[in-house]
Amino acid sequence: MSTMHFHLRLWKQKSKESEGDFVEIDAKEIPSECSFLEMLDIVNNRLTIEGKEPVAFESDCREGICGTCSMVINGIPQGPGRGAACQVYMRKFENGQTITVEPYRVDAFPIVKDLVVNRSAYDRIIRSGGFISEHTGGAPDASTTLIAKPVADAAMDAAACIGCGACAAACPNSSPMLFVGAKVTHLGLLPQGQAERKSRARNMVRTMQEEGFGNCSNYYACEAVCPANVPASVIAMLNREYIRGEMSEAVGAID
Amino acid sequence: MILDAKIPEGPIEKKWTSFKNNAKLISPANKRKFKVIVVGTGLAGASASATLAELGYEVETFCFHDSPRRAHSIAAQGGINAAKNYQNDGDSIWRLFYDTVKGGDFRAREANVYRLAEVSGSIIDECVSQGVPFAREYGGELANRSFGGAQVSRTFYAKGQTGQQLLLGAYSAISAQIGLGRVKMHENSEMLDLVLVDGHAKGIVTRNLLTGEISTHAADTVLLCTGGYSNVYYLSTNARGSNVTATWRAYKRGAGFANPCYTQIHPTCIPVAGDYQSKLTLMSESLRNDGRVWVPKAKGDTRAPQEIPEEERDYYLERKYPSYGNLAPRDIASRSAKEVCDEGRGVGPGGLGVYLDLTGAIKRLGEKTIRERYGNLFEMYQNITGENAYERPMRIYPAVHYTMGGLWVDYNLMSNIPGLHVLGEANFSDHGANRLGASALMQGLADGYFVIPYTLGEYLSTQFGKKVSTDMPEFKKTEEEVRARVEKLLAVKGNVPVDEFHRQLGLIIWDECGMARSEAGLKKAIVDIRALRERFWKEVAIPGEGAELNQSLERAGRVADFLEFGELMCIDALTREESCGGHFRVEHQTPEGEALRNDDKFAEVYAWMFQGEGNAPDLVREPLHYEAVHLATRSYK
Repeated sequence: MSTMHFHLRLWKQKSKESEGDFVEIDAKEIPSECSFLEMLDIVNNRLTIEGKEPVAFESDCREGICGTCSMVINGIPQGPGRGAACQVYMRKFENGQTITVEPYRVDAFPIVKDLVVNRSAYDRIIRSGGFISEHTGGAPDASTTLIAKPVADAAMDAAACIGCGACAAACPNSSPMLFVGAKVTHLGLLPQGQAERKSRARNMVRTMQEEGFGNCSNYYACEAVCPANVPASVIAMLNREYIRGEMSEAVGAID
Repeated sequence: MILDAKIPEGPIEKKWTSFKNNAKLISPANKRKFKVIVVGTGLAGASASATLAELGYEVETFCFHDSPRRAHSIAAQGGINAAKNYQNDGDSIWRLFYDTVKGGDFRAREANVYRLAEVSGSIIDECVSQGVPFAREYGGELANRSFGGAQVSRTFYAKGQTGQQLLLGAYSAISAQIGLGRVKMHENSEMLDLVLVDGHAKGIVTRNLLTGEISTHAADTVLLCTGGYSNVYYLSTNARGSNVTATWRAYKRGAGFANPCYTQIHPTCIPVAGDYQSKLTLMSESLRNDGRVWVPKAKGDTRAPQEIPEEERDYYLERKYPSYGNLAPRDIASRSAKEVCDEGRGVGPGGLGVYLDLTGAIKRLGEKTIRERYGNLFEMYQNITGENAYERPMRIYPAVHYTMGGLWVDYNLMSNIPGLHVLGEANFSDHGANRLGASALMQGLADGYFVIPYTLGEYLSTQFGKKVSTDMPEFKKTEEEVRARVEKLLAVKGNVPVDEFHRQLGLIIWDECGMARSEAGLKKAIVDIRALRERFWKEVAIPGEGAELNQSLERAGRVADFLEFGELMCIDALTREESCGGHFRVEHQTPEGEALRNDDKFAEVYAWMFQGEGNAPDLVREPLHYEAVHLATRSYK
């Protein structure tokens, strides 16, 4: 198996309060077939053997579905190509290339250490309305709800969001509206989601703003980096749903 | 010691109903007074947390991830079984029950499995009402597909991301309860020990992974929903973080560990490419619906697959198991793959691979249909291997995927430690020696949504007026023990990275306690594991400090537990002198190379009891009584 060499610039930062900076590391003899995170594993193990502290970064499933990865590779959140950072393979890089790896730069995602950021703001957005209120045991037989295939498919495309935060990290406004729009679209398209449709959009967008995220101004950077291929059209749907929700409350309508 | 499974009386079809009719209820006013700790937020943990909170219990839930949505259930691809019979193809609760018991090679507890089949339909109802976007037909009905070990189509799915959608459904349910203040969620919190008060499980000790803070938490009962131990093999399809620590710590506090040698090797994974590799990736079993598995008939045939003519290919599953063909159960499909590779007919680097060929299906159904069904899997495959599976067959090889063994539980999902309940993959009860595809999601959700809400009252109704608090000496003592263990790890100050020990452990277990096991091999493995463990405690390198995010320390703690657990697994495999399901002892096979059970001696659950450091564990047996199904040689021919 052939090997490759890379020049890495890795972000090191002890904690949220401390100053961070890039460290330069030559990553030599990296198997060309390995993934980006496996390359970082090799580098970290070498640092450990040298008695140095490895670079902290998050990952878990390493197959692009859990959304735990959260790094920016050469300026691209979740790295080049489709899929999450764990789906990036070294064969996509040039031998000898300089690769810069840094954490998401989003105020609402404070840095924990090195490449690790705190994305709990996304959980709080979901907790404010990203669900259908129902209780276990109260459901009618599944076959009583017919959902046309195109509707189910569109809901699935939005529901595919992995909650990784790349959308906010890519956006010049740090807007998470692809994430919020994905959930509002997924649930808003389905008949089960109708009861809370207006309050859902209203509450989620308000929480998003309270958390310090910005709004969408149509850069489409989120769509370009989304590892789950969530289309930017979910933001259009979110805007419609949100306006409807706010109007409804403003005029005192029952929703 | 006698393990009482507490199986209700009566015919199998009536057991669960009669249990529910007679179960101890906790009134709404009293539910508020009981606190439940749930560890883990996968399908079992999230569904249990949400449902118990809806019922009015005070719930505190812990996960080591940064968000409850990251649990490894999210990576399940293919689907979830349910005996809905929407396809009118002859399915029923009985058939799902029978297929599961047979699929488990008659080593599962009958009554639990029947209950699982019975509640399977409600799971689908529940998930649809949460907004899980299952695949639909054009008229809007739910779509189904087939999975291994079944001759009906009872698997519900959401593209190749069913686990993701089911987990996000459970995550939305728990999120709603967190928002309402009924579940208190602790993220980044790893359970490092179980606290017993008067022999009852009453709390846990956790380490905050971001700050290193060690703290204790008290409750009236503890639910472990912490998944399986596949990562004892280092390379598996499990997420990097999946570990045995929570269940192992419970074992060391007295919980029986049942059938640890029952592990599932999944037949369709992307083959290992090199020793830098950090994990293996599954290609969903659903591909076997439309794919055909083959190798060249001739040994050492290095031609490209497209150049090998039809008559020179061996579709070995179709040849050996004509009635189930490519949908033979996982253990059998895996073993057959190993067999043809051992014969020298394997393909790809190192000859450790077989073809999973969808080119015929693409011709028959068109690329668009195949793309719709499996598009994300093809993409994943291309990403990892650099090969386009629309043009040439995928190369696959078996990999560790799931563990059927786990903590022993009774019918109420309670372990032999009173108050300690164990749900989902972390327990042992439903899959016997082999799990059928699309049944893990079913079991995780069944336990959380529909079993524990009914069975928890059996324990809690005995606990009125028995409140505990973290001020008690039992909590302080356990906390000190946890601190000492963390300090001990940090004090080693060796120079070998944790991964190195983990990888070596994985190789030992894969070679000797993987797809084929032998007496000599297992004995050797036990010696090797002990030596490796000793080296670990002298040489492991953990840079950094305890009071901060320290990923080396996290991993070291988990690997230290795997190094102990691996030995128990080999002891169990050595003691079970028969072959059954995924446990294949080479000494016990039929002339055709199929697993040869010994029902007279081994139709039993083996539960291992910790007897102190350095002592051999005690074996306690629970006999398995088959009243509804007849023990038979499993045949898929």
